[in-house]
Amino acid sequence: MTKLLYYPGCTLKADAQHFEESAMCALKELGFELQELERWNCCGTVFSLATDNTMFHLAPLRNLLRTREEGGDKLFTLCSMCYNTLKRANKLFNEDPEKNDKVRKAMYEEAIAYDGKTQTLHLLSLLRDEVGFDTLKNKIGKGLNGIKLAPYYGCMLLRPDGLGVDNMEHPRVFEDLIRAMGAEAADFPFRAECCGSYQTAQQPEIVAERTRLIIGSARKCGADAVAVSCPLCAFNLDQRQAIAARLHSDFELMPVLYITECLCLALGIEFKEPWKAFHYAPVDAVIRKMEKKA
Amino acid sequence: MKGSPIKKIGVLICHCGKNIAGTLDIPELIRGAAALPDVAFAGDYKYMCSQPGQELLKEKIKEFGLNSVVVAACTPNLHEPTFRKAAAEAGLNPYCVEMANIREQCAWVHQNNGHSATEKALQIIAMMVKKVAQNSPLFEASIPIVKRALIIGGGIAGMQAALDIADAGYEAILVEREPSIGGHMAQLSETFPTLDCAQCILTPKMVSIGSHPRIRLLAYSEVRGLEGYVGNFKVKIERKSSGVDWDKCTGCGICMEKCPTKVPGEFDRGLGKRKAIYTPFPQAVPNKPVIDKANCLYYKKGVCRICEKNCEARAINFQQEPQIIEEDVGAIVVATGYDLYSTENLGEYGAGEIPDVIDSLAFERLLSASGPTSGEVRRPSDGKIPKSVVFIHCAGSRDPEKHKPYCSRICCMYSTKQALLYKHAVHGGQPYLFYIDIRSGGKNYEEFVERAQSEGVIYTRGKVGRVYQEGDKVIVQGVDTLLGKPMKIEADMVVLAMAMQPQLTTPELRRILKITTDIHGFWTEAHPKMNPLGTTTRGIYLAGCGQAPRDIPDTVSQASGAAGKVIGLFSQNELPLDPMTVYVEEDLCAGCGLCVAACSYEARSLDPQKRIVLVNAALCQGCGACMIACPNGATIHKNFSRKQILNMVDVLT
Ligand SMILES: Cc1cc2nc3c(=O)[nH]c(=O)nc-3n(C[C@H](O)[C@H](O)[C@H](O)COP(=O)(O)OP(=O)(O)OC[C@H]3O[C@@H](n4cnc5c(N)ncnc54)[C@H](O)[C@@H]3O)c2cc1C
Repeated sequence: MTKLLYYPGCTLKADAQHFEESAMCALKELGFELQELERWNCCGTVFSLATDNTMFHLAPLRNLLRTREEGGDKLFTLCSMCYNTLKRANKLFNEDPEKNDKVRKAMYEEAIAYDGKTQTLHLLSLLRDEVGFDTLKNKIGKGLNGIKLAPYYGCMLLRPDGLGVDNMEHPRVFEDLIRAMGAEAADFPFRAECCGSYQTAQQPEIVAERTRLIIGSARKCGADAVAVSCPLCAFNLDQRQAIAARLHSDFELMPVLYITECLCLALGIEFKEPWKAFHYAPVDAVIRKMEKKA
Repeated sequence: MKGSPIKKIGVLICHCGKNIAGTLDIPELIRGAAALPDVAFAGDYKYMCSQPGQELLKEKIKEFGLNSVVVAACTPNLHEPTFRKAAAEAGLNPYCVEMANIREQCAWVHQNNGHSATEKALQIIAMMVKKVAQNSPLFEASIPIVKRALIIGGGIAGMQAALDIADAGYEAILVEREPSIGGHMAQLSETFPTLDCAQCILTPKMVSIGSHPRIRLLAYSEVRGLEGYVGNFKVKIERKSSGVDWDKCTGCGICMEKCPTKVPGEFDRGLGKRKAIYTPFPQAVPNKPVIDKANCLYYKKGVCRICEKNCEARAINFQQEPQIIEEDVGAIVVATGYDLYSTENLGEYGAGEIPDVIDSLAFERLLSASGPTSGEVRRPSDGKIPKSVVFIHCAGSRDPEKHKPYCSRICCMYSTKQALLYKHAVHGGQPYLFYIDIRSGGKNYEEFVERAQSEGVIYTRGKVGRVYQEGDKVIVQGVDTLLGKPMKIEADMVVLAMAMQPQLTTPELRRILKITTDIHGFWTEAHPKMNPLGTTTRGIYLAGCGQAPRDIPDTVSQASGAAGKVIGLFSQNELPLDPMTVYVEEDLCAGCGLCVAACSYEARSLDPQKRIVLVNAALCQGCGACMIACPNGATIHKNFSRKQILNMVDVLT
């Protein structure tokens, strides 16, 4: 078992508990144990672009510092938002001397000084670069053969250029992972389109409209379900189908699954009953279909 | 000056109108200069470079028997040649004339400080007086010129240069990498702004190249080595193995007809097929085929040989080896042209994976009467005639963050042309253009764009953000930045005006030719304004899109210009060499070779027997890098010795 220092972030303890649990189950099967940071705090949620944003960067940097305190140099995350803020704050810390100076001064009470050396590692990079899709494929075998999944990246996994897990205009990692699980990856034009993000709080109709577009496009490609890895995307694409259905009588619901839930099924791990309650669009049918294949 | 006991130095101070005299105290300078050691005469004139100024210089040389002169005036870049020539006319060796720059380096920069400026000017003059006192007369040597040119690249640029040089009576060797000359122009349909057919204006030139008595065409060949210098280059050229003995081949074409292997053809940008034994297109010059060894069944599996069996001329030679030939040439024109940036680089436009999203050259092939669809515009995926086509400008150009920062200069024009030709070919078809701004600076170009607009081509100012396939449509999502509205077009086909970039093989050729490229890989000219056809190496000139993106009229003009440079060079029988070079004091040279490595011009080599360094005066540019590298002070720059430099420094201390 390889131990990974793990940063959950808030959502994984609330609306995305099934994401965390399914990730832990699947990773265990692949030889990784997630060891939660002893002390962690909010990731900052959205990388601040304000000029005076020092305070905003303290939150993510503190988490990176905790990693060092616990003797680690890699911090594993599942949530795309966390991944994004942690990674960008670290880049800023290492490349902007002025911000670096301010942040250091603001963290004077910490036991050790942060050295900028914590690397943030996302689930998808772990599977691609450390497990390897070929190894995964061999382990899984036929897996989800006959299932077609629409990979949905959202924005935070890929942007800004150079920090994301893959090429921002033409990513492939999600598709490759889906294929390694034996399933077919839908060629899905809206896979990196904006889900509407936090508009979901103030103006959920905007998000419902995006959801309709994105889910509609996945349906046109013949997908059985949309696979996601970002809790906010998951929330928007799944929960907001309620509004989309209310506003458009022809809208058909489509299951939205975390990629780790799919991975569990591909690895022959049981889909836990409590996970289902987190989903809005019914998942029973697609899960049955996937279980039969795997 | 060795053997000349008495120094008689003249100092002539120029007022340059008010440029110098407005700030500096000229009488004070004359007094100061006259008091310097060895100065026999000090005087002034309003404009030294004028005719009377030069006459004054000549007069004083004769009157005082001056054997060295310092002209205190502007930068030597401007008038050193003027005064050296004048001095020579008065019988003085021109290399005994130096300039003291008291304008740019003194009067102009100290305008508010005349008093100290005058002091500084006097020091500048004193330094040059010290230096010139030890100048030696130098004499120009000359070298013979081989009056034969090498042209690399057989696109329209290389062809034009070869024809101009050959028509002027000199020999030209044209080296083309591909099996045929013609370059990209041969792929084009019709050409803006006049819409004349590219083939019709190109093929006659290709035929003239093939039949010109003074042009030696080496197709399917590449330059592999270059030595020597202006007037006397030695070039190694590889004639690649084509599998066909071109001397025997009659060009009947039966081998191509019979060959069973079909592969996507490069000339048609993969939209049409060619055989494994092929000429790129029917009008190829030379009209001789080559065998594509990666795809030929015989080379791959040792079977087939159908071409061989059907060749009456017995020209097929599977065992043919590549051949290296050596040629002497006096000048070189580099005309390697361009390539399109690959659509794979643009993920937002489908990364080259959507069959009906093609690049602009592929669309030229669809428009061309000799193309894979015989000029009918049919889309690649299903052969349907597209009812709407979106043309996206600046695909990869003008994008400093992710792609090429530069403007590819001709895409506005050719996209306009393509939209218009599409409209002529498909009645009722609707072309849409997305542009950043329309760049139509050229004779009759703006009128051409106006014409397209009036004929119903829809121009939208704005960028396209995403292109994707949906069913059998290609969806184009963009923004109209004039209306400030998002746009969505369901098109049948999309044409990307991809950025033009230099040939990807340029770095290899750069290593061989030892000339420079810019950060994008385009050849750099010797001076962007005053010498746009030359390179940093004398005798090597540039033409065509390898230097920067441009259209055919500009390419042809530039090629004729480069040819003119070559013809000018060849009109001399001998080439004078600048004598301001370095020599090696044999007794001091330890043969360590540090200077050989320091020399950027390959002007130095180690003599293995004598264990000393030799200088090739024809290659030496007099830059002085070797002098700094030499630990023994064995390398001496003529009229720039260490002693002279230290003497100059002494004046200041
Ligand atoms: C889609 C499109 C449409 C266009 N339409 C028009 C138009 O309507 N009107 C117009 O005026 N212009 C047009 N142009 C521009 C035109 O194509 C160029 O101006 C012209 O072809 C440039 O010629 P060239 O000889 O410099 O380069 P090229 O045509 O690229 O020729 C270079 C040649 O050098 C050879 N070569 C390269 N490297 C080597 C090497 N190392 N050794 C030996 N040989 C080598 C190549 O094989 C090639 O044959 C268009 C361009 C594009 C892309």
